Amino acid sequence: MTHEAQSSHVGSALSVVDILAVLYSGSAKVSPETSNSAERDCVILSKGHAASALYAVLAIRGFFPLSYLESYCADGGQFGGHVTHHGKPGVELSTGSLGHGLPYGLGVALSQNRHGTSARTFVVLSDGECDEGTTWESALLAHQFGASNLTVIIDRNRIQSLTNTEDTVALEPFADKWRAFNWEVREVDGHSYEQLSAALATQDRPLCIIAETTKGKGVSFMENKVLWHYRPPSSEDLENALLELQTESQ
Amino acid sequence: MRNSFAKHLLELAYDDESILLITGDLGYGVLDEFQRQLPNQYINSGVAEQSMMSMAAGLASRGYRPFVYSIANFPTFRCLEQIRNDVCYMRNPVTIVAVGAGLGYGVHGYTHHAIEDIAIMRAMPNMTLYSPGDAIETNYCVDLILSNAIPAYLRLGKGGEPLINTKSLGEQPSILIIEEGIDGVICWTGGIGAKVMLASSMLEKLGIRPILISMPVLSDETIGQLLSTANGKKILSVEEHTLSGGFGSWILEVASGIGYPGRISRIGVTRDTNTEIGTQNYLLEYSGLSPEAISLKFRGLLT
Repeated sequence: MTHEAQSSHVGSALSVVDILAVLYSGSAKVSPETSNSAERDCVILSKGHAASALYAVLAIRGFFPLSYLESYCADGGQFGGHVTHHGKPGVELSTGSLGHGLPYGLGVALSQNRHGTSARTFVVLSDGECDEGTTWESALLAHQFGASNLTVIIDRNRIQSLTNTEDTVALEPFADKWRAFNWEVREVDGHSYEQLSAALATQDRPLCIIAETTKGKGVSFMENKVLWHYRPPSSEDLENALLELQTESQ
Repeated sequence: MRNSFAKHLLELAYDDESILLITGDLGYGVLDEFQRQLPNQYINSGVAEQSMMSMAAGLASRGYRPFVYSIANFPTFRCLEQIRNDVCYMRNPVTIVAVGAGLGYGVHGYTHHAIEDIAIMRAMPNMTLYSPGDAIETNYCVDLILSNAIPAYLRLGKGGEPLINTKSLGEQPSILIIEEGIDGVICWTGGIGAKVMLASSMLEKLGIRPILISMPVLSDETIGQLLSTANGKKILSVEEHTLSGGFGSWILEVASGIGYPGRISRIGVTRDTNTEIGTQNYLLEYSGLSPEAISLKFRGLLT
């Protein structure tokens, strides 16, 4: 998709795609049939720049036809480079400006609670997004309002827009910060389906899963490189990347 | 206005559990009764306007009708992107309740004034604007807002505004002819109508009788109706808001589109008002919004 559209953020998409795959494979109780149900779990991709990963997962899970993906970022197409909701089943919130998904998800989680459902809300944040003040405002509010059905999953790839997170605005001790805000914290390998599934299974208070990930995961020349926050893959890049991913999956 | 808002919303919320009152830690003495009687429909989200607005949008996305209450500058400028993306773009039916709009918080200073809010809110997609002038118009606007599940901006005065309307409005059209007249039109939006009424008394002593029109609902349609009613007469618009992009500008835009033949003159808050300290009355006077200045401006327009 990013090759066809010559768009950016392929590294961010590869970083988060395993998290989304696990969420939409049963951890979150939502399907194409229940995408309008009041009882559904809510998934929000707050790091809207990884839109291609969300669209791909939703299409594979049958929320809309795979053919929609062909018009990613095309004139008059179905999807923009940041998450867009218009008429797209499964897309709960348009994102792209960081720091919106968590407070919005808090509102949804409170609504689920007030309606007496057992539904949960999952908000996927980038680690760079934790520079935003709204992340910490919402962390305070979620505890205050007893949002015991709200889960944050942080795509902890340690790289943000220009360089490493710790050289930009250091987040460590990261888990301790969330614990200090009265959240339960689980730290997992963000590319392990088993670890992610187990960490997502249950909660009884606001839950933060710090998912250790690799930006550009699975493509050696993209891994841990800020460059691939921006560069669209060329035909040669695409060929090499697909070769590596196919070899890896065999 | 804010007290009648709180009272009316409480009455409605008794019968409608979807109505929530969310405050950004303000409303001392105004929201107490609502909190006491309907604690489950009252949320204080602390001093965190940005998260408050997105959270309200999330609640609205699942069937709630949140009214987000704060002093006018806070639930607007402080969280504009949350309004733009999470409320308006997502078309979530959040109502922003901006209290003390204009210069209502007088001596508290410019940080607590909201004189650019109409200009900004009218530019937001899917947003509807309500700017009542007294308690009767306030109730009328709240009813209209609840009849339509889309984003709304409710611009209220701080309190103590005299009644301009003499009867409740029910099914009235959205432009309110407060007094019939013959010598042109004076129109306004919001609590500044009280000053216009005083100006009108001064004009009457000179034998001048303008048509007086209050505009609690602002849209291209209602302004179109205003211009139809004015029917080519000269118009003076009065607003407690900057002249850049506000009520008067809106009239000029619609008038230009239809080729309105009459002259249109505007009064609003002048840009240098933020260098001054003083009560709402003092600041209005400084801006040329005293009854005397309004009266003088209208006489100038007629000549």
